[in-house]
Amino acid sequence: MRNIQNPREVYGRTLVEIGCEYPNVVVLEADLGKSTMSCYFEDAFPERFFEMGIAEANMTSFAAGLSLTGKIPFTNSFAVFAAGRAFDQIRQGICIPALNVRIIGSSCGFSDFGDGSTHQSIEDVSIMRALPNMTVLVPADGNETRVMTRALAEYRGPVYMRITRNDLPDVMPEDTPFTAGKPHLIRQGKDCVVFANGQMVSLALEAAEMVAAEGISLRVVNVSSIKPVDVRALKEMVGGMKGVVTAEEHVLIGGLASLIHEVIQGMPVSMQSIGIRDIFGQSAHSYDDLLKAYGLTPVDIADAVRQAMR
Amino acid sequence: MERNEIKRLEDIARAIRLDIVQMVGVGQKGHLGGSCSIADVVTALYFSKMRHDPENPAWPERDRFLLSKGHAALVQYAALAEAGYFPKDELKNTKCLGAMLQGHPDLKSTPGVEANTGSLGQGLSIACGMAAGLRIDGCNSRIYCVIGDGELAEGQIWEAAMAASAFKLDRLVSILDRNGLQAMGPVKQRFDTNPLVEKWRAFGWHVVEIDGHDMRAILDALNAGDAVEGQPKMIIAQTVKGAGIPFAENRVEFHNGQLDAAQFETACALLGAGRTD
Repeated sequence: MRNIQNPREVYGRTLVEIGCEYPNVVVLEADLGKSTMSCYFEDAFPERFFEMGIAEANMTSFAAGLSLTGKIPFTNSFAVFAAGRAFDQIRQGICIPALNVRIIGSSCGFSDFGDGSTHQSIEDVSIMRALPNMTVLVPADGNETRVMTRALAEYRGPVYMRITRNDLPDVMPEDTPFTAGKPHLIRQGKDCVVFANGQMVSLALEAAEMVAAEGISLRVVNVSSIKPVDVRALKEMVGGMKGVVTAEEHVLIGGLASLIHEVIQGMPVSMQSIGIRDIFGQSAHSYDDLLKAYGLTPVDIADAVRQAMR
Repeated sequence: MERNEIKRLEDIARAIRLDIVQMVGVGQKGHLGGSCSIADVVTALYFSKMRHDPENPAWPERDRFLLSKGHAALVQYAALAEAGYFPKDELKNTKCLGAMLQGHPDLKSTPGVEANTGSLGQGLSIACGMAAGLRIDGCNSRIYCVIGDGELAEGQIWEAAMAASAFKLDRLVSILDRNGLQAMGPVKQRFDTNPLVEKWRAFGWHVVEIDGHDMRAILDALNAGDAVEGQPKMIIAQTVKGAGIPFAENRVEFHNGQLDAAQFETACALLGAGRTD
């Protein structure tokens, strides 16, 4: 049984850790501190915490100003607002001059299941990935969230990191060093490879158990660093495979599916993608209801594996 | 303030306007009007009020200047060149492919530029963040941020206005270039952002109104603001778009327009000869 952690809880605690070690770390919040868990940093370092009110545009440009005085600002909101509402502020004031601002998109994907389409961020990775100079990270579990958050204290340039509300089983070993761009082999396999990120990594591992019973050996790779990304490493992981599957809690346009499609162009292998079709989310009583309705379950991944290997 | 000092600054402002005209050149579009309307304020800041060092643009104790209305970049480029941040020759290359002087201020390209501005409404927020960051460090530098009256339609300006006041950013001074014209015509007709004094006071700012072309009034307002503690400062500068170039004054077509050869010569002759009337 895998250990379970809550990534946003881990993120909030880790912010306090790096706050102790790095006096230039500052944190901004748009009135969601008890959801994003920036509240821990507020308690620990009130003089380096900024409650910006429900004003994400100003928060984001304000963070640019803080970074121009040598601070390492972390802005916090739901992913849908962090990446969507403040897009122009991120583009103009942060990405063009490549400032050290960290945009943390919390409650990503369907994890805010009850609030419906307005609050479910399904296109944030795509729009952040399109920005020159931007680094885009999608941690797969608490361990990786901790390692990435720590790395962001020293990393150069703007970063977008998306974090789920959900508890997640550990899929990454503790303290795997963060290397921007590096895909992580989570499960070795010799027939088909699933490239996944975020919550979908643990669901892909469940799918691997399902297809193992049919004699299919499934390789699972965590592509948590969507940008930059080590294309050569990804190609090597495709080598010898009879099929490629991508799995993301995100629209199929512009995110992981698009990335892998770009990577395997010209390679003699067929690809299937699990992700959200070109539609918005909706409210549900549970996260699992949404995963089922939108085809993001381990069963769906297992089906895609069979298809890809045909 | 000695008369000689005022005269010195007025001469610099005239040189800056001449630089602006020469950057716009003949037959190329350029933001002449909004650059000239704020030229006197920019001159007062760079050549009298601000602590800064062209030899050391990254000096941590410097005062900062942000042009939130970034389309008026020409006035900042002229000031930076006149102050010695880079050779004046560089002005000729403005907006050329590969040039250090971009169409809007770009901090990675141009020594002395403090932020990337020009997507309107964002510069004041960046200025707020800078003021907050410097306060954490115990640095008493001031942040000067020029905004436009058309720019006031951007909601983010008012988010920043609230934040500056909520955080009591009293090292932040904003100068509003109230030239009364936006790209499509008079602000009052197109999208009326008035009343201004009442709005900024209601948002918690210390507000004064001045003639933005009266060098003595500009300096007095900047200096008087230093004594105001606990709140951000707004200097509403009543200005004339295209100021100093008679045929362009209060003419919306020079917001981002072209000069023909005759206009160019006229402007250069006026400014070069030291006459501005």
